[in-house]
Amino acid sequence: MVKIKDVTKLYGDTAVVDHVSMTIPKGKITSFIGPNGAGKSTLLSIVSRLIAKDEGEVLIDGEEVSATNNKALAKKLSILKQANDINVRLTVRQLVSFGRFPYSQGRLTDIDEKMIDSAIHYMELETMENKFLDQLSGGQKQRAYIAMVIAQDTEYILLDEPLNNLDMKHSVQIMKVLRRLADELGKTIVIVLHDVNFASVYSDYIVALRDGKVIKKGPTDEIIRNGVLKEVYDMDIKIQDIDQCRICLYFS
Amino acid sequence: MTVKFKVLIPVLIILSILSIFIGVVPLSFTDIFQLTSQQQQIILVSRIPRLISIILAGVGLSVSGLIMQQLSRNKFVSPTTAGTMDSARLGILVAMMFFHQATPLERMLVAFLFSISGTLIFMKILDKVKFKDPIFIPLVGLMFGNIVGSITTFIAYQNDLIQNMSSWLQGNFALILEGRYELLYISVPLVIVSYIFAHRFTIAGMGEDFAKNLGLNYNLVVNTGLIIVALITSVVILTAGTIPFLGLIIPNIVSMYRGDHLKNSLPFTALLGAVFLLASDIIGRVIIFPYEVAIGVIVGVVGSFIFLYLVMRRSAYES
Ligand SMILES: Nc1ncnc2c1ncn2[C@@H]1O[C@H](COP(=O)(O)OP(=O)(O)OP(=O)(O)O)[C@@H](O)[C@H]1O
Ligand SMILES: [Mg+2]
Repeated sequence: MVKIKDVTKLYGDTAVVDHVSMTIPKGKITSFIGPNGAGKSTLLSIVSRLIAKDEGEVLIDGEEVSATNNKALAKKLSILKQANDINVRLTVRQLVSFGRFPYSQGRLTDIDEKMIDSAIHYMELETMENKFLDQLSGGQKQRAYIAMVIAQDTEYILLDEPLNNLDMKHSVQIMKVLRRLADELGKTIVIVLHDVNFASVYSDYIVALRDGKVIKKGPTDEIIRNGVLKEVYDMDIKIQDIDQCRICLYFS
Repeated sequence: MTVKFKVLIPVLIILSILSIFIGVVPLSFTDIFQLTSQQQQIILVSRIPRLISIILAGVGLSVSGLIMQQLSRNKFVSPTTAGTMDSARLGILVAMMFFHQATPLERMLVAFLFSISGTLIFMKILDKVKFKDPIFIPLVGLMFGNIVGSITTFIAYQNDLIQNMSSWLQGNFALILEGRYELLYISVPLVIVSYIFAHRFTIAGMGEDFAKNLGLNYNLVVNTGLIIVALITSVVILTAGTIPFLGLIIPNIVSMYRGDHLKNSLPFTALLGAVFLLASDIIGRVIIFPYEVAIGVIVGVVGSFIFLYLVMRRSAYES
């Protein structure tokens, strides 16, 4: 379980994350939604110890994340950031193999190889596993990064806008993989999404952020409501039930 | 890919043999079984030390360049383009001025302290500049190196040490004799450590956040890399002098063919560095025989052309 207690992050005088508290339940998919600059990425980076917070606590299974041993944490929690400007010439397979680094420190065992294979398979990257990353399209690269995180096989998986650059088919595919990771393997997944419909259809819980504050959090059907979305996005969004999914019509 | 190893190793062996037989004192292949004592002397005191030092310097400098490019995440950063070499030379000057009786090892330590400080200053500058154009960064490094170099020249001039400094300015293996190159052996364990750290350097090259996510102690890895680079650069400058561009062009060429996973590219970079330096040395020795063109000049000329080519290839690729 991830407990976020009264976390604040200041840049200058502005609190970009402002006394945020929440509990992220185990084995579920929790989505962060909110407009640009709401503080979603900052919060995710704080939870994954990539940036330091100014106030508050982040407890992962009861342990403060910034005080946890870095090596041990890498087997427990993984993070994929929003922008990954890696200009290192690695093949897809080499990149995915680095997901096993916390376990093998570079000397891959048979188990590691199997995990790498299955991560590549999950992301349908078999045909390009020996291509260099700089020969891939933006979306293919994004899938390779996600495959690396899957190979890392951590209990907690944090993804910042993983659907960036992806076409519809692969967006759906990734959300389905995440669903399976949560339902079958009990992974706890926190994901930042811009498309509220993906959040609506695939997540168990949603946290709506704006100006560094939590506007509302709760089970998906309590958040995907006209009133809540209006408060978050300043938009009047019509919501319809289609095939038991709540779909937001936000194009007009 | 394995084909390349099969080619490079025989080439290295052939060049090594050539290197032993080329020189002012004639020595032919048929003499090998009936060497005069003078010939034996030449081989043991001059030719073999020269060969070993070229190989060690070639390996050391290209591996240093590879590590720097990986850690700075910039393909154009190298001991030449980050002030590392210039700082090491300033260190040597300081050692000459203040510690007259310094042993080679002590000189090396002073040179090392200066080169590591210079490199760290450059890395700090790199952190601070917002404009991270891949070509702008090495230009900053070259400017920084030139400033350090000017300070060195100024101090040397004031103290009448210009003559002494010039031997460290231009790489030259002609002066290498038994007893004057052994410091270079320090680079052997350093290259081995680099290979052991290959995975870590590769991960560090993907950035601090990536490294942290994989549980890597980023600062430790970066500092280890920079210490290795500064040590190797110092011993090479102290024994053979400045050899520009090697650490820049060799890793770039290898990266094109073998990618940037150091586990794959490091052995190759090391080997190609040795072959390239050895070939340059042989060219320098035969081109105006019986005189020699200093290797620093040959590598500088060939290297700057390859450097220009790499820069243009990159701009073409980006546009
Ligand atoms: N390093 C920084 N220095 C100063 N301000 C920053 C820094 N990083 C982020 N901010 C500010 O913090 C606020 C929150 O940024 P954050 O990246 O968390 O937003 P976000 O919700 O992820 O937005 P987006 O949907 O655009 O990704 C923004 O207003 C941004 O300008
Ligand atoms: Mg963001």
